[in-house]
Amino acid sequence: MSQAGKTLFDTIWNDHRVNDAPAPDGDPDTLYIDLHLIHEVTSPQAFSILRDRGMKLRHPNQTMATMDHSTPSTPPRPDGTYVIENPDAEIQLAALESNCSEFGVPLYPLGHENQGIVHVTAPELGLVQPGMTIVCGDSHTSTHGAFGALAFGIGTSQVAHVFATQCLLAKRPKTFEIRIDGTLQSGVSAKDVILSVISRIGTEAGTGHVFEYTGSAIRAMSMEERMTVTNMSIEGGATAGLIQPDEVTFDYLQGRDFAPQGQDFDEAVADWRRRFQPADGVYDRCVSFNADEMEPMITYGTNPGMGMPVRDTVPDPADLENKSDRLSFQRALDYMRVEPGKPLLGHPVDVVFVGSCTNSRLSDLRDAAGLMDGRKVNDGVRMLVVPGSRKVKAAAELEGLDQIFLRAGAEWREPGCSMCLAMNGDKIEPGQLSVSTSNRNFEGRQGKRGRTVLASPLTAAACAVTGVITDVREMM
Amino acid sequence: METLTGPVMFLPIDNIDTDRIIPARFLITTKIKGLGRHFFNDWTHGSNASENAKILVAGHNFGCGSSREHAVWALADYGIEAVVSTKFADIFHANALRNRLVPVVIQPEDHERLVAALEADPASIVTIDYGALRLTCGFIDLPFTAAISEIGTEESETPGGEELEILLGQSRLIDDHEAARKARVNTLGGR
Repeated sequence: MSQAGKTLFDTIWNDHRVNDAPAPDGDPDTLYIDLHLIHEVTSPQAFSILRDRGMKLRHPNQTMATMDHSTPSTPPRPDGTYVIENPDAEIQLAALESNCSEFGVPLYPLGHENQGIVHVTAPELGLVQPGMTIVCGDSHTSTHGAFGALAFGIGTSQVAHVFATQCLLAKRPKTFEIRIDGTLQSGVSAKDVILSVISRIGTEAGTGHVFEYTGSAIRAMSMEERMTVTNMSIEGGATAGLIQPDEVTFDYLQGRDFAPQGQDFDEAVADWRRRFQPADGVYDRCVSFNADEMEPMITYGTNPGMGMPVRDTVPDPADLENKSDRLSFQRALDYMRVEPGKPLLGHPVDVVFVGSCTNSRLSDLRDAAGLMDGRKVNDGVRMLVVPGSRKVKAAAELEGLDQIFLRAGAEWREPGCSMCLAMNGDKIEPGQLSVSTSNRNFEGRQGKRGRTVLASPLTAAACAVTGVITDVREMM
Repeated sequence: METLTGPVMFLPIDNIDTDRIIPARFLITTKIKGLGRHFFNDWTHGSNASENAKILVAGHNFGCGSSREHAVWALADYGIEAVVSTKFADIFHANALRNRLVPVVIQPEDHERLVAALEADPASIVTIDYGALRLTCGFIDLPFTAAISEIGTEESETPGGEELEILLGQSRLIDDHEAARKARVNTLGGR
């Protein structure tokens, strides 16, 4: 088949379809999976399925395991062991260790130099490469689409399918182009871009689709910024979001542990350039945005689609046509204790969290530290900074970012998912309001009855300093 | 699987996400069973849950958020056999089918009628006729769609067991595909 008339998605899907002819409409294709990422939460039941049937992993070496969700963010003891307060978490982490050992899966456990949030660790090791198919029992697997890989989250029974066969059954999704042209203004970051996109299209527009992000604003982004964008594709309803690989992608990959080395790398780049030329295919849907008009964003409700520019006023549910929409919207505002027609600027903040697979990479920490330097966390605000991986933590410490945060009065913690989803004991208290660089402001996500406002690392740092919702541009 | 009938759990709210169905802190388990006791653990809006409800009537875009199959396991463990909504998030929908939880999709205008009837009498009996693809509640009689053919059979104890059998049956095809692409696949071996 020629390249003509295909999108990046089409090229990758066709390249990994095991069945010769495409499945008839409505039936699944068998899709070959190049890389399978696993963590402690969604894998144990899948290992049990294998064990019950006396089966092995087809390709343990195309599988990578790490620990991130239920790991403590407190420092290890002097002997290098970790304090895990929840006995169930200890069981779950031990299960991953014994499962990986039994089935021969490479594991980066707590304390290992490659340990971290799976979606931070895999790219920084060079495991994520253009044109791959990548799955993980985790919806933020969409992150890896930043490299021009087709990457999406799966349920645990599918984790077992990939263990056993290195394949899964999947219906071919439709394609949805998110085009962003123009130049981002000072104080506006990749997080604001994706929050702007989702607040316009809503949380379900992408259902049944994969996003492809195009346009000059995307091309101008670093790999870390691109990962912030693709990470939140699932918040727009799409299980995957892709970006055409280019020189930025290849430069990022060069020299990374698992990337091809030396002449192999040059050959790989030549191959990627040839196979993933700019798409000339037709997307099923398209939406365009102007980056020049984008502003720092915050969310005011209980899903990532309920976002607005930081200076705006909270929308009024009375303006919605549909009764059920109005009720759901009003409930969200009641839960958040915010009022329609009023701004959130100046609203008191209790906790600031900088971390998660969306915004815990070195450039995110630099953004936050740059704003915090010489300033203090406001009295009464608790600020946690949780690097995405051990490598990010080490790199940040080499630059002295940890000292900036510590001098400001923030907590500098150990890598993991931490307060993004409050599985490891890092949580906000009932009623508290957190400004968080994570991806979901769902009810109770960061702690029972906790209230979450999603924002960029820059905005989060600004709010930590002032103790209220703040337009970061006033502090730059 | 012919019909399902009884009182309902009634949560007509849009965008009910997987964290609300089961908060993440209850995912610290290595088992499938037993999650039902944490089902909607932190729910703050009250509900009209009838005892022994097997049908959940929810709002638009049910199951958005995480890929956690635990959300489906919690619903199933609690005793829910079908969820009625106008739209389901992709991963939740696929996970549900693998665990014999039926995602029943009705049209928005039909959903409004059903919600009105259940608001008037939360104890109303709902019947889902899988053969006729009709949902009834008192005088209301609605068509629905559900991916019935993709739902596993009762014989399969393993979630997603049928799909696993299909994939295992394709091992020759997978061998051939791998042989053709081998040069490109980077592995974690030997490092």
